[in-house]
Amino acid sequence: MAAGFAQWGNDLYSGKRSYNIVGHRNRWFLFSGALVALAVTFLLARGLNSGIEFRGGSQFLVSNVSNTSQQIATDAVIGVERAAVPLVSLVGGNSVRVQAGDLTADQVTAVRSALASGYGVATSDVTSTFIGPSWGADVTQKALRGLVIFLVLVAIVMTLYFRDWRMAVAALVALGHDLILTVGVYAAVGFEVTPAGVIGLLTILGYSIYDTVVVFDKVRENTAGVADQKRHTYAELANLALNQTLVRSINTSVVALLPVAAILFIGSFLLGAGTLRDIALALFVGMIAGTFSSIFIATPLQVALRARERGIAEHTTAVLQRRVAAGVAVTASGVPAAITVSAAPLHAGGHLGTAAQPKRKKRRSPGNPKR
Amino acid sequence: MRTLVVLAIAIAALFGTIVAGTQFSKATLVPKLALDLEGGTQIILTPVLDTGATVSDTTITEAIRIMRQRVDSSGVSEAQITSQGGRNIVVGIPGKPDQATLDLVRKSAQMRFRAVLGVAAPDAKSTTATPSASATATAKPSAGATPTAKPSAVATPTASPSAVATPTAAPTTQSTDLPAKPTSASDPAYLTPGLMAVFDGLDCTKPENRRGGGADDPARPLVACDPTGTQKFLLGPVELEGKDLSSADSGLKMGPNGVVTNEWVVNLQFTGAGAKKFGAITTRMKPATPPFNQFGIVLDGLVISAPAVNDPILNGQAEISGGNITRTSAATLANQLSFGALPLTFSVQSEEQISATLGAEQLQRGLLAGLIGLVLVVIYSMLQYRTLGLVTVASLVIAGTITYGLITLLSWTQGYRLSLPGVAGIIVSIGITADSFIVFFERVRDELREGRTLLAAIEQGWERARRTILAADGVNFLAAVVLYFLGVGGVRGFAYTLGLTTIVDLVVVFTFTHPVLRLLARTPFFAEGHKFSGLDPNQLVSAGARYRGRGQVARPALAGAAPQVADDGPRLTIAERRAAAARAQAAADGNDAADAGSASSKGSDN
Repeated sequence: MAAGFAQWGNDLYSGKRSYNIVGHRNRWFLFSGALVALAVTFLLARGLNSGIEFRGGSQFLVSNVSNTSQQIATDAVIGVERAAVPLVSLVGGNSVRVQAGDLTADQVTAVRSALASGYGVATSDVTSTFIGPSWGADVTQKALRGLVIFLVLVAIVMTLYFRDWRMAVAALVALGHDLILTVGVYAAVGFEVTPAGVIGLLTILGYSIYDTVVVFDKVRENTAGVADQKRHTYAELANLALNQTLVRSINTSVVALLPVAAILFIGSFLLGAGTLRDIALALFVGMIAGTFSSIFIATPLQVALRARERGIAEHTTAVLQRRVAAGVAVTASGVPAAITVSAAPLHAGGHLGTAAQPKRKKRRSPGNPKR
Repeated sequence: MRTLVVLAIAIAALFGTIVAGTQFSKATLVPKLALDLEGGTQIILTPVLDTGATVSDTTITEAIRIMRQRVDSSGVSEAQITSQGGRNIVVGIPGKPDQATLDLVRKSAQMRFRAVLGVAAPDAKSTTATPSASATATAKPSAGATPTAKPSAVATPTASPSAVATPTAAPTTQSTDLPAKPTSASDPAYLTPGLMAVFDGLDCTKPENRRGGGADDPARPLVACDPTGTQKFLLGPVELEGKDLSSADSGLKMGPNGVVTNEWVVNLQFTGAGAKKFGAITTRMKPATPPFNQFGIVLDGLVISAPAVNDPILNGQAEISGGNITRTSAATLANQLSFGALPLTFSVQSEEQISATLGAEQLQRGLLAGLIGLVLVVIYSMLQYRTLGLVTVASLVIAGTITYGLITLLSWTQGYRLSLPGVAGIIVSIGITADSFIVFFERVRDELREGRTLLAAIEQGWERARRTILAADGVNFLAAVVLYFLGVGGVRGFAYTLGLTTIVDLVVVFTFTHPVLRLLARTPFFAEGHKFSGLDPNQLVSAGARYRGRGQVARPALAGAAPQVADDGPRLTIAERRAAAARAQAAADGNDAADAGSASSKGSDN
């Protein structure tokens, strides 16, 4: 499999095999738009199930317990409210504290009796009270302020680094896409949103931007001298960059996703580590969305934005005209059919190292110069 | 090679420090864990009013805010603060907090009014603002002493960064002669050299100096910061206590004719005794030069507002207005003042050990799952990169070791505690760290595909990859820094981990992965491109002529391939071109024959 994958990577690099992602960008925009619309629908229809840390909730204190297993309490609460993520801790030596988000009065009674029977104590030993949110509005407010400042700074930094505001815009659009999708999946699955999940979202933020920057850097490299040549259009070179980083994108996302997926699927579903599932879900969805968007949204969008630029538009027309003049087959759709965008389109050959220089015959094997 | 040695020494030094720390100090070999992973101490406090009245929701909220301010500024320990049953405050502190931390939580929050003796920039090195030095250059044009019908005074708040001055530039300086004994609370005689030294030394840009909760002596002068760390104040002895204030609210300012303007103000109502004292203070301050005409409102050891007096206020109704008060900031200040007006103390209901909220069994399962994921990563990178995958794995191990060491070190020196979000940050960092290697390896492979020799490919690939890695990590680090400085609680802990792992990633890829790859390139196994080295040129080359050295050109044996004259590559000899053309002829003629000689010879379609 690996050999086939490597060959595939070679073909992608050389341009022998190419996926015309930039050319079919409208298709991908439509696809993503539909996903985002779906996510927003879920968000509006079902809303987010915010956890105890945000809304406050009920707290139970079970006194005089002999068996201090935390699992009993978790089971008791989940038996009453499936979606709950109870926080269980031991207080002192023989009490168990159970916190669970927003329960109705009936549910509180049910949980109380379930806890009492689970731990084998009298119902009077289980007290319940309401507790306020620990993640108050001020925490959210500060996090949001940090977020906005971060986004502004990122836009500035990317504009400076790539010397092009369009890349910053495209990256931010891709980021918004990732965040909406992740939140939408939360709404769809109905997992409780906990601080850990919010942190997961923030992580996605970093990952999405990071991934986009890596892809954009290759685009920048490939299109650096686009105006100096007349062989390929900007869109073609950007598409080549996408294809050339495809192997990287796949490898990176697989390596990043494996631990997260292990925690999400093996950890939460098989082993039952419920408290980790919310953050794992946010990371899992967000990373897939992040990889997808940097390839299928960010770069095509960036190309679409640049195509409106006068210089680029003129260049594209010039290249296409030149092609027609040279008699290259142009398909019915007007897209040049058989243009192999070659691997290193512009740069003259660099120095290949002294070992590549002609040598006298004999003696040492070429790759092993033992000096 | 040298960098590798340096890295080894640095790692050894890191762990040496920690081990030495365990011997001579209270460092531990494992990082300390946060409340959700380790448990800690739970303190239940009930705010009690001396009057016996019930405590309102806003009071609880304000008390929680003050508590969070106290705890958060003492480090990134991620304490958990909630209200319980609408009347208790539950503070969870990870681990076994020391006595000082417990005292910090238990202390009651006091609000006091003190005369301002000096204002300065927040950092320690700045020159002292002596009374005359605090310039009136930034006088605000508005908010002057408008001819209000009722005798309420208009004061300008100066807790905002730029404002140290008031519109009413008072020319008279009454207190030029310095009496040996201070005659009033505003007397510059309080400015003894010792106090000035303390004032100069105070650095309000450091969060630990903005912790608040100061048990200040009412009879003595005080140096204090404002809550955001933009200014520091030198204050006289206490003149008014919080209990002298009967109420505070925010609202729109009433204009001269009873017309509501759209300027936000905070209205203060003093008690009978308070009004008398406040009248005396304002009468004294009115003619003084800035900053002596300001009084500082100190809540929990921090100056929340320092308005200047424009008129003597004798009826106990004051108004704080001016420059940049907005609806929210007016409401916040009014809340703080009302809170400070309460004779509130915290009574400790209980203080108990609590276990981790994330049960031990849950955590173990999670870690086991994470471990399985890591094993999968190893398998995958071996499949993808063969032996080179080992370099990835080794780099990840090194990165993990350094991260572990740094977190342990920081939990010793900075009181950092690892929470579940922190662990999540580390898990994600596996991806980001591995990505640096993947970007690097892919670039090296790209260079090999171009036909470079291994060493040259590594250098060339490194040069390109380095740029990408730096740019991408730079953005990530930016995220970490912004979230760290602007976030609170869990967000901060996460940002800390993210920033740390980003730096570690850079360190590892620069000082380990790249040098190791260069070393490996000298071994025959890699240099000759062994099948399992992951860098086998034969597997990597598919298109284009490849110069193999010694005047030989390797040509891909692709069926049906038209002669490829790389546009930029070495020109083929005529003989080679003919041979290639012949080969193409021999192959299937289904291809659109791109004529080999012309300029458009690149069009080899498949």
